[in-house]
Amino acid sequence: MKTRDFAVHASQALSSTHRRQFCRQVVYGGLAFYGLPAFARANKPPLGQVVVVGAGFAGLTAAKYIRQWSRGNVGVTVIEPNMQFISCPQSNLVLGGSKTMDALSFSYQLAQTQHGLKWVHDQVVAISPTRKQVQLARGTLHYDKLILAPGVDFNYRPLVGMTQPVAHITHAWKAGAQTLQLRQQLTAMADGGVFVITIPKAPYRCPPGPYERACQVAHYFKQHKPRSKVIVLDANPDIVSKKGLFMQSFRGLYADIIDYRPNSEIVEIDPNTHTVKTDFETVHADLLNVIPPQLAGKIAQQAQLNNVDQRWCEVDFLTYASTIAPDIHIIGDSISAGLPKSAHMATSQAKICAAAMVDLLAGQAPNPLPVFANTCYSFVDDQQAMHVANVYRFDATKKTMIGAEGGGVSTQASLLEGQYAQAWANNIWADTLT
Amino acid sequence: MQHPLNCIIVSLLAMGLSPLGFTEPVQANSVTSLAASCYACHGPDGNSMGGTASLAGLNASYFAERMQGFKDGSMPATVMHQHAKGLTQTEILALADYFATLPRKTPKPLPYQSFKGQP
Ligand SMILES: Cc1cc2nc3c(=O)[nH]c(=O)nc-3n(C[C@H](O)[C@H](O)[C@H](O)COP(=O)(O)OP(=O)(O)OC[C@H]3O[C@@H](n4cnc5c(N)ncnc54)[C@H](O)[C@@H]3O)c2cc1C
Repeated sequence: MKTRDFAVHASQALSSTHRRQFCRQVVYGGLAFYGLPAFARANKPPLGQVVVVGAGFAGLTAAKYIRQWSRGNVGVTVIEPNMQFISCPQSNLVLGGSKTMDALSFSYQLAQTQHGLKWVHDQVVAISPTRKQVQLARGTLHYDKLILAPGVDFNYRPLVGMTQPVAHITHAWKAGAQTLQLRQQLTAMADGGVFVITIPKAPYRCPPGPYERACQVAHYFKQHKPRSKVIVLDANPDIVSKKGLFMQSFRGLYADIIDYRPNSEIVEIDPNTHTVKTDFETVHADLLNVIPPQLAGKIAQQAQLNNVDQRWCEVDFLTYASTIAPDIHIIGDSISAGLPKSAHMATSQAKICAAAMVDLLAGQAPNPLPVFANTCYSFVDDQQAMHVANVYRFDATKKTMIGAEGGGVSTQASLLEGQYAQAWANNIWADTLT
Repeated sequence: MQHPLNCIIVSLLAMGLSPLGFTEPVQANSVTSLAASCYACHGPDGNSMGGTASLAGLNASYFAERMQGFKDGSMPATVMHQHAKGLTQTEILALADYFATLPRKTPKPLPYQSFKGQP
């Protein structure tokens, strides 16, 4: 097995005073422009080597901003098995018929060249914190600091009758082939058919996402299969996010189509007959979409970093370092937080983590008071959307990010917010991918 | 053109003091990462792809006045009031000065690529 080790220790050659002075000048270069000292132009990154596992919203954003804010003085290697970046945001619109997969698919190449990222098209299968190494399918890699951003994994074990994924029953909760498969199943379904979507107990990725999906499928039915129904079997006691707004759509625009049923946790599924049993009833579907319970990405489980309920990873919100492995930082959907698991949140966490990582490698204290924003839009049809938006601020006593004053949701879905939702997507894609 | 108040506040911040006299740990880096959290809607380095305002190179007092208006409700908003209310006056002024220093640029086009069918 060939060993690839990109780690450099040039930083050790610098005196710490020199390093500090130098860092004050070059770090956060957006504020001012200083000439780079000669060693900063050398090939080996003087401040160290960071390995980022996973190039989704969280990982790719962290990689970009570490390069930008260290002004190239921290080397970043990204490991990602997928060839393309496929956006989960807006993937429900593919089901509704107003977007194509091509409109959500992007090349990684611009980000790679623009920020000088080393790129390894592979998958991390194990981590050795003591040796500071990651094991790939093809080789090993050394890190000074590691960032894990593997997103979510699905847990089928609690789904009696379907304890393994089944090919013809999609989750479509990672945008890609399953999104297209579900779209094809919807177009193939006869008018008058029943579409059943199951929602796991929170927390799961994208709190408003399942309800947005119900609206998108209903939007498609309303136009093309008006006799068809959407049954939402929600394991939660109530709509998890934007409740009032989704109720407006469920009771208004889609009153004849969507049937929302709370407290409907799956007791048993029969994947052959598309039958779902809950505590109250047995529901038959013509087309079944099961969003399984979720937990931190597989590699975080493998490294035993999912120390909250054996599902999510506990982190220090100043640096996103794991509370049980100090040189491993975890961002995005994998972490345990009272924060919605959204793309905007993933990128906001990534930026705090990136800034802290540059500080730590430069021997400085990280920002003691991180503040960031989250805005999440949901589309109720092809053009109208609504938001939930909040600022979050670090609370030193509770040691976590807390919703600041203000914040809230739209009064109703609108065309104007549909335009803002599209602008949000274009801008977050640009921020992440360019 | 910078608002004179902003200059004073930024100097106070640089000394680790808030305009009210107590120590408030707002540093250059906290402004940088807070500003970066706006890019999801307002584009990389505050250069919007369209549909929202570009914040790069905005006049600092104009930015601060707009945000103050969103915060106190005098400026009608669809979503910005939610954010403005969550930020302190100090943060708004620090953001105003920071965005004023960023160059206005044409953002790069998105690297669209046809879908290749990944799982
Ligand atoms: C239908 C749907 C709609 C959504 N809509 C919105 C929305 O409108 N707005 C919003 O803000 N959010 C939305 N979200 C949520 C958003 O997609 C997630 O919160 C976001 O993708 C989380 O980012 P992440 O980087 O943590 O994970 P991901 O984006 O999933 O990225 C994880 C990456 O890690 C890689 N990876 C995993 N394991 C390994 C390994 N062992 N080695 C190397 N690489 C690995 C994966 O290949 C992947 O590329 C939506 C989600 C869904 C499912």
